[in-house]
Amino acid sequence: MTGAPLIEVEDLRIDLDDGSRRVAAAEGISFRIDRGETFGLVGESGCGKSITALALIGLLRQPLSIGGGVIRFEGQEIQHLSAARQRDLRGNRIAMIFQEPMTALNPVSPVGRQIAEMFVLHKGKSWREANQLAVEALASVRVSAPERRVNDYPHQLSGGMRQRVMIAIALACGPDLLIADEPTTALDVTVQAEIIELMRNLCAERGTAILMISHDLGLVANVCRRVAVMYAGRIVEERGSADIFRTPSHPYTQGLVDSLPRLGSRAALGRSRLKEIAGVVPAITNFPDGCRFNPRCAQATDICRTVAPTADVLEAGGLVRCHHHA
Amino acid sequence: MKLRANLVIGGALFALAILVGVLAPWLAHTDPVLDANLLNAEEPPSWTWWFGTDDQGRDIYSRVVYGARVSLTVGIVSQLINSVIGVALGLSAGYWGGWWDDVVNALTNVMLAIPSLIFALAIMAVLGPGLTSLLIALGLTNWSFTCRIARASALSLRSQGYVQAATVLGYGDLRIMITQLLPNMLGPIVVIGTLGMGSAVLSEAALSFLGLGVRPPFPSWGSMLSDARDQITTAPWLSVFPGLAIFLTVLGLNLLGDGLRDILDPQSRSRRT
Repeated sequence: MTGAPLIEVEDLRIDLDDGSRRVAAAEGISFRIDRGETFGLVGESGCGKSITALALIGLLRQPLSIGGGVIRFEGQEIQHLSAARQRDLRGNRIAMIFQEPMTALNPVSPVGRQIAEMFVLHKGKSWREANQLAVEALASVRVSAPERRVNDYPHQLSGGMRQRVMIAIALACGPDLLIADEPTTALDVTVQAEIIELMRNLCAERGTAILMISHDLGLVANVCRRVAVMYAGRIVEERGSADIFRTPSHPYTQGLVDSLPRLGSRAALGRSRLKEIAGVVPAITNFPDGCRFNPRCAQATDICRTVAPTADVLEAGGLVRCHHHA
Repeated sequence: MKLRANLVIGGALFALAILVGVLAPWLAHTDPVLDANLLNAEEPPSWTWWFGTDDQGRDIYSRVVYGARVSLTVGIVSQLINSVIGVALGLSAGYWGGWWDDVVNALTNVMLAIPSLIFALAIMAVLGPGLTSLLIALGLTNWSFTCRIARASALSLRSQGYVQAATVLGYGDLRIMITQLLPNMLGPIVVIGTLGMGSAVLSEAALSFLGLGVRPPFPSWGSMLSDARDQITTAPWLSVFPGLAIFLTVLGLNLLGDGLRDILDPQSRSRRT
């Protein structure tokens, strides 16, 4: 589809206010997601990927706030919309599923009711109709015997089942964008694969775009067409997901790809150590000058320590923020 | 399936008390007010006078039966008012926080600092004696504990995943409070509520004793107990039976609260089925 992208983030800055001073927890965040596209945001804990998602959905709370930049949903700026208009978008046009399916469901309410509530809330259905739709929604996420399961309480369901219910709730109103924040981290690997497959298929059927947030580069590359890698509050590289494995251009991405264990490799067979990225992630209050990756980067030179690199467009498509990119 | 003894016994006691109050005209032997006869004064319990008679020859059994009406009305209605005020203030304060939380906290502290009976007395003094003013006075003075509990629950529930999820899914504040927070804090609120009903029954007794509650000669358990104070050594049945009525009702309410808390917890609910 042409025209305005579904969601467009431009130079977003998220401030952390600890009472005495403001620091940018994330800055210069720019990306766009088209209708029906799958986009991944990868990075280690604390790199700012989750707060970016919260900013999109208008849920940053003190001490975090949007410090600058623009978020457009279908060409319309949404960060200054009234609370009521934002609420109208949430759940209806933009939905989100969380890392912890254990806690994201209300323990005292049957799951069917929690799904049905979405239809009542956003689609103005009666409870009768909504309950019927809830059964269908539960069936669509491949829960067996949905007409019986709707009466179950969350604690009666397994982790995988709960995440299916969460997906049913999130997709109930046919949103245009689904934000999935580490949707499978708390699940077994086999269940993880099923859930990802389910999420991808349902979204593809309905033309729902996915913004997937994870620390698992392999998982994201598997699901998403394009991937952005974040480090210390900045997007360092944005590429097609196939390219990012084949020819990572930022040293950080390079490091990430190299540190993935591969079947049959020497490291996996126990004959050599798995590669790692030396050093630690800098504290949010103490980001280094210049390129934030420079203290851990083998290729760092003087310019890296003083000047923050800008986003360069790569010939093969994609963006990278590095003075020495390949 | 394990039978919930506390729920059954508590419910039965409370239901019995309500039944007695409702059916008072049929259960009572005599009119509790008019049938005074000094010839029968201070009769001990017997086949004729089940619970004995008082110094004016009125049948204690009939008075206890009728007294259930006043005591239960006061207990239930005033505690309902308390619960509604307490939950509304506490829940909203805990969820919204900020200046509203400060206001509610200050108000709660003031309420806790003033002995509630004294405060109720002051309200009664303004409104004048009678059942309605009794309900209002007791209903406005005992919400601070409910408020504290509701606020504390709201504070801890607010950060639960499902409350945040509800926000993300586009729930409004009011809907979150009613569908997400309230059901999850109902257990302690109900328990506090049933305890509060018990203490409201006792407060009614105190206020009636001071002449601010139900006007004599109409009976309430509290006022009967107070009237019987002087004769506790010579005619103990005067205080034993209304006291027993209060005791059993409050006991029933507490057991009921306990049992309700168990079934309001969905985890224990499914364990039973």
